[in-house]
Amino acid sequence: MPDFALPFRIKAEPRLDTPPVWYTWFVSFLAIAVALFLGGIVIALAGGDPIRSYIHIGKASFGSWGVFSDTMVKAIPLILVGLACTVAFRMKLWNIGAEGQFFLGAFGASAVVLSGILPEDASRWVYIPLMMAAGIVAGALWGFIPGYLKAKYNVNEIISTLMLNYIAIAWNNFFIFGVWSEGGFQMSKTFPRNAWLPRLADYAKEFPALRGLTTHLGLAFGLVAVVVVWYVLYRSRWGYEIRLIGDNPQAARYAGVNIRRNTVLVMMFSGALAGLAGMSEISGVVHRLQGAISPGYGFTGIIVAWLAKLNPFAVVLVSIFFGALILAGREIQPSGVPKMIQGIILVSLIASDYLLRYRIRIIRTTQEA
Amino acid sequence: MDWIVILQAGVASGTVLLFATLGEIFAERSGVLNLGVEGMMLIGAMSAFSVAVKTGDPWMGVLVAMLAAGLLSQIHAFITVTLQADQVVSGLALTFLGTGLSLVLGEGLSKAGTVALLPAFSIPLLSRIPLLGPVFFTDQNVMVYLGYLLTPMAWYYINYTRPGMHLRAVGEHPAAADTLGINVYRLRYFYVFVGGMLAGLAGATISLAISPGWFSELTTAGQGWIAVGLVIFAQWDPVRGAIGSYVFGALRRLILDIQGPQTLLWFANPFYYNPYWGFFLQMLPYAFTVIVLVLGSREAVRKRLGAPAALGLPYIRGERGL
Repeated sequence: MPDFALPFRIKAEPRLDTPPVWYTWFVSFLAIAVALFLGGIVIALAGGDPIRSYIHIGKASFGSWGVFSDTMVKAIPLILVGLACTVAFRMKLWNIGAEGQFFLGAFGASAVVLSGILPEDASRWVYIPLMMAAGIVAGALWGFIPGYLKAKYNVNEIISTLMLNYIAIAWNNFFIFGVWSEGGFQMSKTFPRNAWLPRLADYAKEFPALRGLTTHLGLAFGLVAVVVVWYVLYRSRWGYEIRLIGDNPQAARYAGVNIRRNTVLVMMFSGALAGLAGMSEISGVVHRLQGAISPGYGFTGIIVAWLAKLNPFAVVLVSIFFGALILAGREIQPSGVPKMIQGIILVSLIASDYLLRYRIRIIRTTQEA
Repeated sequence: MDWIVILQAGVASGTVLLFATLGEIFAERSGVLNLGVEGMMLIGAMSAFSVAVKTGDPWMGVLVAMLAAGLLSQIHAFITVTLQADQVVSGLALTFLGTGLSLVLGEGLSKAGTVALLPAFSIPLLSRIPLLGPVFFTDQNVMVYLGYLLTPMAWYYINYTRPGMHLRAVGEHPAAADTLGINVYRLRYFYVFVGGMLAGLAGATISLAISPGWFSELTTAGQGWIAVGLVIFAQWDPVRGAIGSYVFGALRRLILDIQGPQTLLWFANPFYYNPYWGFFLQMLPYAFTVIVLVLGSREAVRKRLGAPAALGLPYIRGERGL
């Protein structure tokens, strides 16, 4: 260390105990605050007004019940992909492919409607469960591929899941531009009403307060998934194995845990959750298959899972925060701001981990001499 | 289809992958996995184009691109080397950050119009060699020739020079390197910086030479990730990295060109008559990356080759390493 003529020096000592919960939260909030500050500087440098941008984000996402409902709509896919990443990351399995699994889930759900296997006027009770199943299966399949390649050939799952993202997008484009193209446009026809997830606004007749609220049934999927993931990870034998592999694969192997099998299963579980997110988005919001169905939900899910410290319940809160950022960010100039802020948040979050692992002490040095 | 032209363009397009791959080889050989290549390339491509537009000098653009991406890489170095955080997540964060920053700072740049590009020329004698001449040495961009120079230099540097040996020592057994008086932290910072500069060079090569312009994230279209995959395929060897890069470059070109002609090897070209099948062609480089990783991992198992032993692990002085 170079000699600074400061009256104190800063020393970092490894922490032997786990820090208290409030401290963990405090550090996370500090990281977000620092990130927003740094993001503000960049916005100012790019010629924007950071304070006005942030106020705008706040107003445009939490200002009224109407916009809050829209924020929740953005939060739904984030909850599901955030959970997808949580499950995989808990086993230290880097599934960066939630985006692709999301697209495949959307494809699977659309195939139920557009392939013509159901009559156009089939009941909602037929459409929606079938679409859910198809989305889940398609997403799980897209998770199976990298899982199998990792288990069998030790292929780095970060690269394979990422490559599968691009393949999934091209796959969907083939159907959007070619097979299911509606009148030459780059989108399929609109789904029949019974294939739409019910929205709060659909019940405005009985409850006038719900008028115009766009939040759809996908929110229930997300909340149920939170409980399922929590139960699986923290209350089931399988979850114990997942956590054991994540914390200490060596110990898991000695304990007789089948790592290869779990690699495949966890990737499929993760893919299934992301696939359900795709189904919920396509059936609850877009109502047709088209190109731009995701502003990078799959990637934001990674940040969501990390910020939530892989805690399924915290995923909900964090998703709402990022949902607001995505919703309001659409109108902010320059247009890359939400993506950039997400990046800065993740960077400062990882850096802040240091404060959890080390105790920072300020030691006075003036008396020493 | 003129195969010579496709191969020629393939070498040019592979040069981008080559720079990024070489850079990542340096970083990973020192023990630091940097998944931020895509983000650093975007920063490089954006700042190169932006500076070239402002100053009219593409070389200035290249310089700034390398510095900007190198600077970005130091965030990763700080987080992983000094703060000892997880390299995977930090690298991902770097890609997010680089993507977002390049979008914000590159706002409106896509409409900037034309700009002076890096020069292309033929090498006098070498271009007359049959087959190799037209593919490698005719009307290529100066960056392509730089790639021919950098590859053997990197190979020699890593394998046969003293600093190269230190680089490998730091990546294989940092504790042992430390006892020999090699500054592990400083070297890791340095090689992450080298990796960043080369990723920036790759970005500049896209925006000022191979496919000029700034098209937001589509500028790189995942090539940074392909480069990370190629490093594994290359088994951390610059020469294998170069071969992989050129093959991939040619593949990318072939996909663009294969949809043009009406007949393909005396048969009706299915991609001409069914343009939507082109989406399956678009999948190929990505699918091929996965296939290459499968093949690479089998070979690695057979030959007992492996990643640098300390790859992905932070070095903490005074703790028992490895």
